[in-house]
Amino acid sequence: MFLTFPIMVIRVNPVEHIVEWRWRNMLLIGVGSFLLSFVWHYFIRRKELGVQKAEGGGDESIPLIQRILTKKAVYRPTLAVIGILILVFPFLFSLYQTNIMISALIYIMLGLGLNIVVGLAGLLDLGYVAFYAVGAYAYALLNYHFGLSFWMVLPIGAALGATFGILLGFPVLRLRGDYLAIVTLGFGEIIRIVLENWNEFSFGPSGIANIPRPSLFGIDLSVHAATIYIYFIMIGLCLFTIFVVNRLQDSRIGRAWIALREDETACQAMGIDKAKTKLTAFALGATWAGMSGVVFAAKTTFVNPASFTIWESIIILCVVVLGGMGSILGVIAGALVLILMPEYLRAFSEFRMLAFGVLLVVMMVFRPGGLIPNVRRTYKFEGVTEPKKG
Amino acid sequence: MEPVLNVQDLGMNFGGLRALDAVDLDVGKNEIVALIGPNGAGKTTFFNCITGIYAPTEGDVLIFPQGKDRPKRINGLKPNKVTEKGLARTFQNIRLFPNMTVLENVMIGRHCRMRAGILGAVLRGGSTMREERAAVEDSYTILEKIGLDPFVNEFAKNLPYGAQRRLEIARAMATEPFLLLLDEPAAGMNPNETRDLDELIKRIRDEEGISILLIEHDMKLVMSLSDRIFVVDYGRKIAQGTPEEIRNNPAVIKAYLGEETDA
Repeated sequence: MFLTFPIMVIRVNPVEHIVEWRWRNMLLIGVGSFLLSFVWHYFIRRKELGVQKAEGGGDESIPLIQRILTKKAVYRPTLAVIGILILVFPFLFSLYQTNIMISALIYIMLGLGLNIVVGLAGLLDLGYVAFYAVGAYAYALLNYHFGLSFWMVLPIGAALGATFGILLGFPVLRLRGDYLAIVTLGFGEIIRIVLENWNEFSFGPSGIANIPRPSLFGIDLSVHAATIYIYFIMIGLCLFTIFVVNRLQDSRIGRAWIALREDETACQAMGIDKAKTKLTAFALGATWAGMSGVVFAAKTTFVNPASFTIWESIIILCVVVLGGMGSILGVIAGALVLILMPEYLRAFSEFRMLAFGVLLVVMMVFRPGGLIPNVRRTYKFEGVTEPKKG
Repeated sequence: MEPVLNVQDLGMNFGGLRALDAVDLDVGKNEIVALIGPNGAGKTTFFNCITGIYAPTEGDVLIFPQGKDRPKRINGLKPNKVTEKGLARTFQNIRLFPNMTVLENVMIGRHCRMRAGILGAVLRGGSTMREERAAVEDSYTILEKIGLDPFVNEFAKNLPYGAQRRLEIARAMATEPFLLLLDEPAAGMNPNETRDLDELIKRIRDEEGISILLIEHDMKLVMSLSDRIFVVDYGRKIAQGTPEEIRNNPAVIKAYLGEETDA
């Protein structure tokens, strides 16, 4: 209250050479901060109670979403409703809405890809957008020079992404934590700066325009139809990503990634090849970025280096952190919140960064695990080992 | 006696510091060998040299895998390769994977005995699923032997201290070693837990046929467990022999208690 006194209460009116005292503002700030601190303490209290409950054990500590997921009777219809919603979405809403949804889907895919690197393998990658750029430029350039179609470039983009992932992976094998973050950040910037300055190759800052949208069996679609088509392509790709990432997570490789995140030395002492595990994480993470880059180029029909700044990397990272590291559902929720909210709250666009910051701080205090934290798989043993003993 | 590990003239320099100087050590099949010495004597460095965390400056580390008559030189190999060869270790300060379940911790130990790749993980073919199921069952069997089966789905970080120490042993056993290296397994344990550990280590040796090399400060445990004891001080081996011989060895007494001053 007193800190804000000079700005909020005193106003010097330079025209009339008088000082205005706005006492009403002071009252408002006082009441406001009182209420805010009250709410804050309320939530802190609740959180502490929650922690105690969790330590005490019992069913209540299992989060709501987890309970929904484990109950088949609830889970199936929910999934069906979401499925139908997804299918009819582009026909119910305008083209604008569909476009927003496509970008949200692209971020879901990027988030899931980065989730492999950051959430599972624990390698903080701040240059993830570079692989996204690789995918987008792969489509733009291959189409421009050789006339390759969207469907041909999609796997090429994925492969190129993976290749660049390994290229980045090799020099950073020995690094961890902050050092790794700095190097990946540099790598991301290198890619962007190369694209910006190598005019003969990438047409510099002016970018490449008139990239064709994907065609359906050789038929060129109208803008409207093509957007809906891309929407469904993205839905398909997202489902594919979820499928693959989910299976990887619960496999030998997924476990090795998590072990690497938890303790590198112990992980190596347990017989896990550190270099190989790190490289597969980088490569598989980058694959998804490469693919979503191709879709991005097809959607906007125009690429230039300005789309691939460090901010993009940070937003993707926020999607992962906000959603819940290592959690697929969390990443989806994070992408939807972070990408859709700013679009629908355009009226408050000036406060976007502010809201973003507040959101992150509040999240870190109250739900450090993210919106939907990851839950490890549990196994049941009833008589599994009985026959072995006898 | 049939040897499983033979270390010859092992030397390790950190810059100008000579951490290990010509240390010899050997472990026989089905033997429990203890490595003791005052703090900072170089015991853990010795472990790190054997398991590939450091590459020793000089000397040889030879292992004698079962079914092969020629010894294998393993110094300079990466830690994961050493583990693959059949040497597994635990750490002085517990290094579990805290945010993984107990079962998953053990399954990480199975990692190097499994083959599934990326494609296998995504497609989940028959062989991958069989391997995965076998890994789960094997891990559970190991947990049962160690007595950790009630904690199967618990996060490793939520385990009581003694159980965490035992989980480290379980994880190391999952790599199917012929030699288990334990770095201060009884550190921080109460007398009851230490007694259980004593029993557990003997059982691992007798039932699994795994030889054991351990670093330990708890002399009661060392004397009760070990077939032979090696003593190091200032990076040099000062004595070796049976517990009885070590107990009466003047050099060892001097290293632990200091020199007698009365004439």
